Amino acid sequence: MNNKELQIIAHKVRRHALTAVHSAGSGHPGGSLSISEILTLLYFEEMKNLDPKDPSAPNRDRFVLSKGHCSPALYGVLAERGFFSTDLICKFRQIDCCLQGHPSLKDVPGVDMSTGSLGQGICAANGMALSAKLDGKDYRVYSILGDGETQEGQVWEAAMFAAHYKLDNLCAILDFNGLQIDGDITEVMSPLPLDEKFRAFNWNVVLVDAHDFDSLREGFAKARACKGKPTILIAKSVKGKGVSYMENQAGWHGNAPNDEQYAQAIEEINAQIKALGGEI
Amino acid sequence: MAEKKATREAYGEALAEFGEKYDLVVLDADLSKSTKTDTFRKKFPDRFINVGIAEANMMSTAAGIATTGKTVFASSFAMFAAGRAFEQVRNSIAYPNLNVKIGATHAGISVGEDGASHQAIEDIALMRSIPNMVVINPADAYEARGAVEAAILHNGPVYLRFGRLAVPYVNDKDYKFELGKGVTLADGKDVTIIATGLMVGEALGAREVLEKEGISARIINIHTIKPIDKDIIIKAAKETGHIVTAEEHNIIGGLGSAVAEVLSENYPVKMSRVGIEDIFGKSGKPQCLLEEYGLTASNIVSRVKKLLGK
Ligand SMILES: Cc1ncc(C[n+]2csc(CCOP(=O)(O)OP(=O)(O)O)c2C)c(N)n1
Ligand SMILES: [Mg+2]
Repeated sequence: MNNKELQIIAHKVRRHALTAVHSAGSGHPGGSLSISEILTLLYFEEMKNLDPKDPSAPNRDRFVLSKGHCSPALYGVLAERGFFSTDLICKFRQIDCCLQGHPSLKDVPGVDMSTGSLGQGICAANGMALSAKLDGKDYRVYSILGDGETQEGQVWEAAMFAAHYKLDNLCAILDFNGLQIDGDITEVMSPLPLDEKFRAFNWNVVLVDAHDFDSLREGFAKARACKGKPTILIAKSVKGKGVSYMENQAGWHGNAPNDEQYAQAIEEINAQIKALGGEI
Repeated sequence: MAEKKATREAYGEALAEFGEKYDLVVLDADLSKSTKTDTFRKKFPDRFINVGIAEANMMSTAAGIATTGKTVFASSFAMFAAGRAFEQVRNSIAYPNLNVKIGATHAGISVGEDGASHQAIEDIALMRSIPNMVVINPADAYEARGAVEAAILHNGPVYLRFGRLAVPYVNDKDYKFELGKGVTLADGKDVTIIATGLMVGEALGAREVLEKEGISARIINIHTIKPIDKDIIIKAAKETGHIVTAEEHNIIGGLGSAVAEVLSENYPVKMSRVGIEDIFGKSGKPQCLLEEYGLTASNIVSRVKKLLGK
């Protein structure tokens, strides 16, 4: 798939995320929009041996959304990839729908780990990567962390563990959007500098642009090439990316758009799809 | 019953109000707009500390501040305050018996859409099993305000459990909160319904239905789950012979268990526990979840009838 085709899918993922949150009347649009390109490249190119008809195939690459509140984007990409029907998206968070507010391993096809409590997903990803090593298997494990999430001490316990056990089959991606719920990460509780911290923890650190497929692709290639160390892609992103009034606004972390705002958001995303020659 | 207010809302307002009168420091972990400690922050920015998304760190830091003589409130969602940071609460706060008040919001399944990962149904059990810890679960906004002041005046750790959902008032405006004292909201002779938190309103609803069917139910609100008011429970058992408990919590380890402990050692009578039947919650509208999990007046009514053999 070329970058243009991938970009069209990424925008469709955005549209699903917005539809999910709007129809539920709650959920997390900001951090979902910032990871659409990352998820699209992972599920449509980077991750191997995925089979929507057999979501628990033993040799598949795994993905853990450590910042589990961004389930709308994960569900969007899983639906686009065929793990379940896109019709489910508008039932997100409803009592009779499997699409739980936060990713649930036992409920949602294609979800590899239950998350939602920040800091825990990256540890579970370590466990999966370690298990592959124990079994001599060559599947890889990917995990997206939030930048605010790195304030959890458990993240640094995981950072130490992954380097100590030389988990070079693990690739973490840090969604560096600069915002958390109460505002700018540097004002709430600065975790910076993140690159130097992970380097000091003996990780292979690669800086990438979260909205540029070539940059992300190069990052994933560097991660594969690096032996004896885990890799983290520090992905500079825009929270709320793709919807003008949501971009870089902490207020859109966990709020649903009203009908009018939703209509405008969809219009903006559709215009971007059209500009790429895609069908709406 | 028309007017409603969330207990977390009252919590934030109470902190801002009592911040005038008492030397308080308030800590939060990146959830101040949801826990409502934001209301305090706006008024006393210098006495508000955001620790970032780091609940374990928050609890032990709160303990350290409390050793210097200040009263500290530490807030997050109940899942992270009681769950994530359990051992810090136990060893840094309760063991040295420090003046840290844990303001835990978004407790129970009435959290709604966020789903099971965010619905604390074990927090009462966890907190009440820690020595020195006082556990309070207010039923309405007036009670929440009173509980905050009582927690400030109490010397030692207190766990305050608040809800996300707006709930009706069950008390009067001039209600006086008394730590450790159950409240008889209505008298009755056939059965006593002992409820806590948002289930108090449901218990009162159940009483009306039962009355029409010729069953007279006493209603007791237990806001302080620990130390529990043994006298009011034993008296109810003696006078009404049957006890039904109702709580928005797992039936294991919460109010129902605490009441059963009192009765089995003092005056055993037939009882039935209404609560979450040892299963995880899920996403959905709060009201739909409360119905699906049996946390309603009508489920209390059917439990009462079953217990009385009617
Ligand atoms: C342990 C824990 N504490 C608190 C929360 C509540 N919470 C949900 S999202 C969030 C902010 C996350 O910020 P960040 O990691 O930067 O995510 P992003 O900006 O990518 O949405 C918080 C505090 C949680 N889910 N888990
Ligand atoms: Mg962020």
